[in-house]
Amino acid sequence: MLKVRNIEAGYGKLRVLRRVSLHVAEGEIVTLIGANGAGKTTLLNTIAGLLPPRGGEIRLNGADITTATPQKIVRAGCSLVPEGRQVFAPLSVEENLILGAHVRRQQEGKRALTEIEHVYDLFPVLRERRTQLAGTLSGGEQQMLAIGRALMARPRLIMLDEPSTGLAPLVVKTIFGIISRLRDEGNTVLLVEQNARAALHIADRGYVIETGRIILQGPAEDLLANRDVQRAYLGHGPANE
Amino acid sequence: MYWERDKECMSREDLEQLQLERLQATCNRVAVNVPFYRKKFAELRFDPERLQSLDDLRALPFTTKQDLRDHYPYGLFAVPLREIVRLHASSGTTGQATVEGYTRNDIKTWSNLVARILTAAGVRADDVIQIAFGYGLFTGGFGLHYGAERLGASVIPISSGNTKRQIQIMQDFRTTALVCTPSYALYLADSMAEMGVNPNALSLRVGLFGGEPWSEAMRQELERKLPIKATDNYGLSEIMGPGVAGECTFCSGLHVNEDHFLVEIIDPETLEPVPDGEIGELVVTTLTKEGFPVLRYRTRDLTRIIPEPCPCGRTLRRISRITGRTDDMLIIKGVNVYPSQIEAVLFDIEGTEPHYQIIVEREGRLDKATILVEVVDAIFFDSMKKQRQMVEHIKARLASELGIGVDVKLVEGKTLARSEGKAQRIIDRRNL
Repeated sequence: MLKVRNIEAGYGKLRVLRRVSLHVAEGEIVTLIGANGAGKTTLLNTIAGLLPPRGGEIRLNGADITTATPQKIVRAGCSLVPEGRQVFAPLSVEENLILGAHVRRQQEGKRALTEIEHVYDLFPVLRERRTQLAGTLSGGEQQMLAIGRALMARPRLIMLDEPSTGLAPLVVKTIFGIISRLRDEGNTVLLVEQNARAALHIADRGYVIETGRIILQGPAEDLLANRDVQRAYLGHGPANE
Repeated sequence: MYWERDKECMSREDLEQLQLERLQATCNRVAVNVPFYRKKFAELRFDPERLQSLDDLRALPFTTKQDLRDHYPYGLFAVPLREIVRLHASSGTTGQATVEGYTRNDIKTWSNLVARILTAAGVRADDVIQIAFGYGLFTGGFGLHYGAERLGASVIPISSGNTKRQIQIMQDFRTTALVCTPSYALYLADSMAEMGVNPNALSLRVGLFGGEPWSEAMRQELERKLPIKATDNYGLSEIMGPGVAGECTFCSGLHVNEDHFLVEIIDPETLEPVPDGEIGELVVTTLTKEGFPVLRYRTRDLTRIIPEPCPCGRTLRRISRITGRTDDMLIIKGVNVYPSQIEAVLFDIEGTEPHYQIIVEREGRLDKATILVEVVDAIFFDSMKKQRQMVEHIKARLASELGIGVDVKLVEGKTLARSEGKAQRIIDRRNL
């Protein structure tokens, strides 16, 4: 589905991503774990077309999207759920969702909005609050709205950036349950998380990024068993072993 | 039958993406964690970030057996020792040995890859598998054992030796799959004949043979004398042990587990890659090992890539069966023996440059090595008793160094053939 090869990216003089290669196959949940500032968000933004790469190649279902615009990438089937949710606070829940279908509406017209029922089925709480302003939702509901908004574009690949940030543990559990369900319904997921344990538990495969370089990759269960990963990201210090 | 169809039948394009990702991650790790590679990268002015395609592999340094010896025992490990859960070593008891470390994940990967090889050779979960490889520092026994358990077969960890018992157990336990060196399998067949055991009355049906090179003629003989399909598999302890490559039931080359090992065939003189299909030295890079990753390991084994697709459906490319060595290493009774090891022992005893010759023969089915040593003052005694003691002493030292028993005979000075002033060290009379 997604193939990234030798991507270089950065801001000004700062090199953030150094020759990063990864892939996501259809129907997989792949997680990218790493510390703050390792380059996780930069990678998602680069794939989504928000940041032009300085080198390398990105392919989505065989098509070269390395230099494509964000709209084109969404149309090609890849949606990003950004960090911090970024819902439109002064708009209602439903208006937020309709905005998510924006790209499809240009081509499909009203038909693009039928997806909204599917999103409401997935998140019944959003149906309850359809007329409520997004800004008044709880953190977890806002996260559901952000995911729902991305689903309105009917993506084949959903990229989620730190969906658990700032959420209570119980809500985090709900969100990860939803991500698993997305995969079970045939979606493909690229998940960036600081909560490495939760991410690796639902993922098929994972990549570990350190200072812009991929240093480990493999089946999620192998990464969970890797001592470097345990020490650095799962909080298994020598003290609590 | 496949063990991991999605891996073994991957499209070449997907496989190459995976190989590149894994190669890049491996290089990123060794550049940080293994001082040897960090130094080599610096010497070659190789920046691992420039590694952008599989072809860039050629810019990487080679690793040789000598590099492994120089860093004996743990110098090339990429993780601290507390993360290593298993140690193996290849032959040699002193500085000649090389040590391999496995993390828990490495053992898991190893088991899985051997399960692949076993499945490809036709072994199934309901087989009873007799592992007559030595269990110990040698990787053969444990490697096959873990793979067979992973597969779900019933494992008989009988280890090597005690032929009568092997045959008894083979009958009583109704062994269906046999794992050992091919020469030992033939020896078993001959012993059965002597014992009056009818091989066709056994439950045996498949054999996985490795640890030493063997010929198609030997395969035919094995399949004639035992009711089995005889398959070859390849591995080396420096890389992982068994599980690197193995034959499928079409028996026309060994499928390399390319998602875990990158293989190249090079000209051993120029070190340049040879075109697909041409014989050269096999060079292996590990792609997933955590404990002991190795870049471009020169195996000294001669083989070639078989580029044509295999009718079994696996997309993993094949190498031909090993046709020889680029160095003077001998495989005697399944153990790697270097003349330099023998030389070092003799030098130590004689105190001077020894003149010796290694004669390897096959007595019946088993290898027999005899070391002819030219007499010098240091090992010459008038008393027969003392002379015998000296020979026993040399034998004991060699046995301890090599890990196998050899015969030692003294010959008169200057009687061993020398060509161009250099002695002809090895006479291999086995017809492999």
